[in-house]
Amino acid sequence: MDILIVGLSHKTAPVDVREKIAFEGETMDKGLRSLVAYPHVAEALIVSTCNRVEIYTTVGKMEVDEAKDDIASFLSDFHEIPREVLDPHLYTFTGEEAIKHIFRVSSSLDSMMVGEPQILGQVKDAYTCATQAQATGNILNRLLHKAFSVAKRVRTETRIATSAVSISFAAVELARKIFGELEGKTVILIGAGEMAELAARHLLNNGVEHIMVANRTYQRAVEMAEEYRGSAIQFDDLEQHLELADIVISSTGAPTTIIGKKMIQGVIKRRRNRPMFFIDIAVPRDIEPEVNQIENVYAYDIDDLEGVVEANIKTRGKEAAKAEEIVHQEVTQFQDWMRTREAFPTIVKLREWAEEIRRSELEKTLKKLDGLDEAERKRIEAMTEAMLNKILHRPISQMKHASHSRKGGDLVEIARKLFELED
Amino acid sequence: MDLAFFGGSLFFLFLAALHYLLFLVYQNPVVPKVARYTLYLAFVCQILFFAARFSQGGIPFGTNMYESLVFFSWCIVLAYLLVTIRYRVPVIGAFVMPIALILSTAAAFLPDKGVGEIPPALKSYWLPIHVTFSFMGNALFAMAFGAGVMYLIQEKQLKRKKPGAFYYRLPSLEVLDTVSYRALTIGFPFLTLGIITGSIWAQYAWGSYWQWDPKETWSLITWMIYAALLHARLTVGWRGRKAAWFAIIGFLAVLFTFLGVNLILSGLHSYN
Repeated sequence: MDILIVGLSHKTAPVDVREKIAFEGETMDKGLRSLVAYPHVAEALIVSTCNRVEIYTTVGKMEVDEAKDDIASFLSDFHEIPREVLDPHLYTFTGEEAIKHIFRVSSSLDSMMVGEPQILGQVKDAYTCATQAQATGNILNRLLHKAFSVAKRVRTETRIATSAVSISFAAVELARKIFGELEGKTVILIGAGEMAELAARHLLNNGVEHIMVANRTYQRAVEMAEEYRGSAIQFDDLEQHLELADIVISSTGAPTTIIGKKMIQGVIKRRRNRPMFFIDIAVPRDIEPEVNQIENVYAYDIDDLEGVVEANIKTRGKEAAKAEEIVHQEVTQFQDWMRTREAFPTIVKLREWAEEIRRSELEKTLKKLDGLDEAERKRIEAMTEAMLNKILHRPISQMKHASHSRKGGDLVEIARKLFELED
Repeated sequence: MDLAFFGGSLFFLFLAALHYLLFLVYQNPVVPKVARYTLYLAFVCQILFFAARFSQGGIPFGTNMYESLVFFSWCIVLAYLLVTIRYRVPVIGAFVMPIALILSTAAAFLPDKGVGEIPPALKSYWLPIHVTFSFMGNALFAMAFGAGVMYLIQEKQLKRKKPGAFYYRLPSLEVLDTVSYRALTIGFPFLTLGIITGSIWAQYAWGSYWQWDPKETWSLITWMIYAALLHARLTVGWRGRKAAWFAIIGFLAVLFTFLGVNLILSGLHSYN
């Protein structure tokens, strides 16, 4: 048996092709059922995300090409896209490459944003669908469970998924490095803007409890405060409220800075040096950069945040190399397991086992039989060999035959169990 | 037997310190586990060392420099174990265990007189009390020192806005400041009690509460540094960088009081 992947991803296909062949819910179930009905496909699983549609299958070793064709036809028929349109975007992996690909995808090494955490969940969901549709068997079950454990190893042994790669998440991460837990912390959001609001939302999702909103237009502040279940404050009272804020996100259209070093020196004194974190997303800036010089105050503008994101991405690159090493180790291990399922080593083992019995029994018998000459001895030995070969001929040729078709794996496994040939 | 236990403690302490340092660099989750378990072994070996000395009739609480070093080292390990029960900051081991290791290693280079004649002035119940208070205080100050160093590193990363390897590995400023503060608030009473019990004992042994011998003078200097820090934290809300620097300076004073005075200055406390 061999593992075969046919699919396309953000690396090979534009979004308008990807969205056309996506699977979800009902179509996923239907798709899986029709896939395993193809003559050359033994097991199947469909991973469908916005960045990739991939079909993982197991097929007979001699039927790989037919199976590739089956799957491409399936995609084309199922989604009613002509093969000519689809084929140029498709890639296929078999054997070692296929195992490696599945491990890399689950560990988020093949993602558009390397290290993003969603993909593992998506693969897990895909696997659940496939088991529910009874489309998976021994090999895919084991392969997917292995893929999940590889992903876990990558996550715990490398830093690939721990650093933020978007500005709003970088802000949350920095806040955590300053304040530890964000529970009970207060945020002031000054002005409006997509990125500032996103950062505020992330902070709220990560434990920040209270949010105050200031806006030149008070009505707008009231609206936003309602949206975030916070409170609105008058723009002119900002300074006195700053004292209450641990985190300040600013994003106004003001032409000059609205928060200066002098102001914050006073504020931090009144706060008895409890730290403050300023996030300035406005261009031109709302907060004097010198604010960062004050002790226990950290002020980041948009460029600083981008710098942090860049450093995080660089770290991810380094960590990815470690992750690839982990994947490599695991692929080798999995291949070893796959190999034991192949007919050839099983046949060798079966022969060795039988040969051992033949020899020891022959020896015992010959010892008890006195007065045999050399020719007679040879004859008896030849007889035992002939018996052995005749008995073994059928199972061996069955195994050889079966291993080339899609049910082969099972027969070899049965033989290993039947004759207790496990290592 | 006691020497075998000491050797064992040195060996495991070395492994523990090494793995705490490796923990700074490698993400592998096995590393901190190895560090922790070897530390347990070192801790137990040290206890067995003291037990062996006791059973031979010794009072292994600093009757000589060798035993003092081992006991100080043990106090640091104990303080680390206690601090990390409350705060999940195993990485502080990378900054504190090397100190414990250096103290134990220094002991290994000193002539060990074994359990011999105890100087008559030290034959007193006050000895273990005085020494335990003093060294537990010192060990907690070592924690404050470690947290202070980590704070300065992390703070620099955040101020310079260039996250390096430490940025990812070290805990938040808040946690580091809290650990340093807690170690100080517990360590300070210990040191105070150490000085008080010492002076009571001095009254019995030498007939005077305070004689301004170098050890006493430097203990007082150390005590005043920590008193100043505690005062500034409580009244004007000192925290962060200044507090971290003070914790570091304070610990340098601790080390000088403990080692420098014995090596450079001589006085009533010199028994090595």
